[in-house]
Amino acid sequence: MEVLDIIRPENQVFCKSGLMTDATLSYCPGCGHGTVHNLMMEVIDELGIVEDTIGVAPVGCSVLAYDFMDIDMTQAAHGRAPAVATAISRTWPNKYVFTYQGDGDLAAIGTAETIHACNRGENIVIIFVNNGIYGMTGGQMAPTTLVGMHTSTSPYGREVETMGSPLKMSELIANLPGTYYVTRQSVHTHKHARKAKKAIKTAFQNTRLGNGLSLVEIVSNCNSGWKMTPNESNIWMEENMFANYPLGDIKVKGKLRQIG
Amino acid sequence: MTKVMGAIVVETETCKGCEVCIPVCTEKVIGMSTEVNRKGYHYAYMRNPGACTGCTNCAIVCPDRAIAVYRVRVEV
Repeated sequence: MEVLDIIRPENQVFCKSGLMTDATLSYCPGCGHGTVHNLMMEVIDELGIVEDTIGVAPVGCSVLAYDFMDIDMTQAAHGRAPAVATAISRTWPNKYVFTYQGDGDLAAIGTAETIHACNRGENIVIIFVNNGIYGMTGGQMAPTTLVGMHTSTSPYGREVETMGSPLKMSELIANLPGTYYVTRQSVHTHKHARKAKKAIKTAFQNTRLGNGLSLVEIVSNCNSGWKMTPNESNIWMEENMFANYPLGDIKVKGKLRQIG
Repeated sequence: MTKVMGAIVVETETCKGCEVCIPVCTEKVIGMSTEVNRKGYHYAYMRNPGACTGCTNCAIVCPDRAIAVYRVRVEV
């Protein structure tokens, strides 16, 4: 059978989700943000909740998420996405409300909003993309930057004595009674991407059942900020990031789990 | 006996040439073109078309969803 005989509409098994717009993603080549965007839209499409989903875009690389996701979205001030999502969720309790945030947004300037939204147990989904760096502003050190990691504001590597240790937000908020589901995933290989998609689906299903707050952390790469090629950055992430940010479920159905 | 045959179609203008699809392809089907698209990126293409099984591994890791996958079962 020739290739042209295979490439027919009836044989198609995978294509871009219809919920992604035709706009070209503004992310660097190989950035995990695009994969996470697509997985989320595929989940929303599969669950059939397009009409009832409202997203909150953050400040950072993914500030333009509302241009790429063809669903109802708004955009919050830096770090305030969980507070805005709280308001939307309380105004329309039957809607599926999610925030999409990076580590500079959720773990730095938005720490207070995140912790309090999690502590109140709002019925929302938080998608947290952690790449250990401020990507958009030029690769500065973030609270999640690894010890010894070189960034533009820690050129000799992060020192614990003066700059503190990497902030593990997921472990931190998993200890709050308000959170129902906390998990850490990755999207750099097909196996990890499929697991991440499952986790995102679980999170939205929790909203449907009114279970409370679900947080899905995605450990991602920032090949531009880390000064590597996309595949090199994925290998570096496996070797270094996963040691500090182990993948797996941290809290399931309101009960803490041991990972790592 | 049935055999699964697959094929991919890369949107060459959407592909950013990040090469993330190459290590996840177990059949070593994908290569990078020597030509560039309008943005100057070397785009992915089916270098070894006969080996593709349509497993969708490349498509699910593609950040820009530039890859569409086709699969068909044929009697051999």
